[in-house]
Amino acid sequence: MNPILSISKLTKTYASGHQALKAVSLDIHKGEIFALLGPNGAGKTTLISIVCGLVNATSGSVSAGGHDIARDYRAARALIGLVPQELHTDMFETPWSTAMFSRGVFGLPPDEAHVEKVLRELSLWDKRKSKIMTLSGGMKRRVMIAKALAHEPRILFLDEPTAGVDVELRRDMWALVRGLREGGATIILTTHYIDEAEEMADRIGVINKGELVVVEEKVKLMRKLGKKELTVQLQEPMAALPPSLAQWPLVLAPDGTEIKYTFDAHDESTGIPGLLRRMGEQGIGFRDLNTRQSSLEEIFVSLVSERGQGAP
Amino acid sequence: MSFNRHGVWAIYRFEMGRAFRTPLQSFLTPVMTTSLYFVVFGAAIGSRVTEVNGVSYGAFIVPGLVMLAVFTESLNNASFGIYFPKFTGTIYELLSAPVSALEIVLAYVGAAASKSILLGLIILATANFFVPVHILHPFWMLGFLILTTACFCLFGFIIGILSQGFEQLQFIPMLVITPLTFLGGAFYSIDMLPPAWRTLSLFNPIVYLISGFRWSFYETADVAVGVSLAAALAFLVACLAAITWIFRTGYRLKN
Repeated sequence: MNPILSISKLTKTYASGHQALKAVSLDIHKGEIFALLGPNGAGKTTLISIVCGLVNATSGSVSAGGHDIARDYRAARALIGLVPQELHTDMFETPWSTAMFSRGVFGLPPDEAHVEKVLRELSLWDKRKSKIMTLSGGMKRRVMIAKALAHEPRILFLDEPTAGVDVELRRDMWALVRGLREGGATIILTTHYIDEAEEMADRIGVINKGELVVVEEKVKLMRKLGKKELTVQLQEPMAALPPSLAQWPLVLAPDGTEIKYTFDAHDESTGIPGLLRRMGEQGIGFRDLNTRQSSLEEIFVSLVSERGQGAP
Repeated sequence: MSFNRHGVWAIYRFEMGRAFRTPLQSFLTPVMTTSLYFVVFGAAIGSRVTEVNGVSYGAFIVPGLVMLAVFTESLNNASFGIYFPKFTGTIYELLSAPVSALEIVLAYVGAAASKSILLGLIILATANFFVPVHILHPFWMLGFLILTTACFCLFGFIIGILSQGFEQLQFIPMLVITPLTFLGGAFYSIDMLPPAWRTLSLFNPIVYLISGFRWSFYETADVAVGVSLAAALAFLVACLAAITWIFRTGYRLKN
């Protein structure tokens, strides 16, 4: 299947000499939710800005729905909706007029029914005639989304959609994004909230210092890079680990009541049954045990820091 | 889609809406200012300078007053129209939309020009309360009005794109265009000046625009009307060339 968005060897060097993107290539599949993760200044916004036409690339190419964003910009841009990170709104306009404006600017004839649908979905209908300046921050963010959805984009970019948003709105936003995907849209979101990517994304790309460090299906990424941790709570505290357990890389808690065992989740044999058997043989009783899979956040930190150490 | 007419129309309506949302600032202020000019120049000076080139002084200054308002409003409207989205950040939408540079210019400059032309006509009507206004060549009058408005709106658009702050936005209108207009024969004929100043005035492009416009009213002009027309067209071409360059390079719009 052809990708709906294809980014090829995209490079951006700003006038200051800062190289924001270093030959980034990425294909986005139709109908997926793709999360672009990275620390501040990693190049996430630059990448989005080039695809959406706000920034000119230094080299490389991008095509959306098979249309080159430079040569065939009208067709490419008509497919794309952008919700930028900052709340840029016309303060004196109303949600209704600004959404109608957005639709028009994207070359579509007025369609009151569609704009009404969008405003209702975003719980903005009651506020459609209020000046944007009178709306709360969360409402303004919804207005930004309404503007982006007004022209029925097939590809939606959400740049840090939940930065500075309260928990409830965040949940709403996630539900909205899923709803959009069910409607057939492809969604690319940037975030530095890992739980957001973990919650939402089908695939995850990690970008650091202008390079795509990894692009992987979320589940695979977590399986591949995730560590599992077994915690055994002991009945009797022990002063030191007995030599008979030395074949496992165990860590004893300082108070001696807990043993932690970290292992690769994708290992065929984890050694857990052997460990537990040996503990039984040695008469080491335990009260409880649990296993925990490392979160995307830990994976992410390890990826980014490994790269950082590898750099000259 | 070879021409984004819905896009042009949306921007045009948005810009026109801005003017009609603040009618006092947009229309009443200029009418007020013009009336004051009539009181001061028409009554006070007009009683001493009775005629210029066979035209009563009050009537003589009408085209100059219209031009003065049109210059100022065109520059303000067009520069503010494109500067404000840059300032608030809403320009992102314009840059990400399937609109061409030509369409953006057409919409913004078209809206600014519509407002200025409307304003010019309102001032003409206001002037008619103070002095009888005769227009010998209405077609040319409108032609010069539209041409001049287009020039100054394009020029204002360029200022709006290049400005990096509100002070820069005001710099050219206040410190360049206003003095050139006052020295450009809005209130006098340059024939009334000493020869040296007269020669110097001919380097002021505003002289040609006001002179041509006044000719369409009374057939009196400081310079031949053909020269005025050529000057206006040259100004228009220069502005169009500058805008083409700006969009081609993305200068101050895109990184």
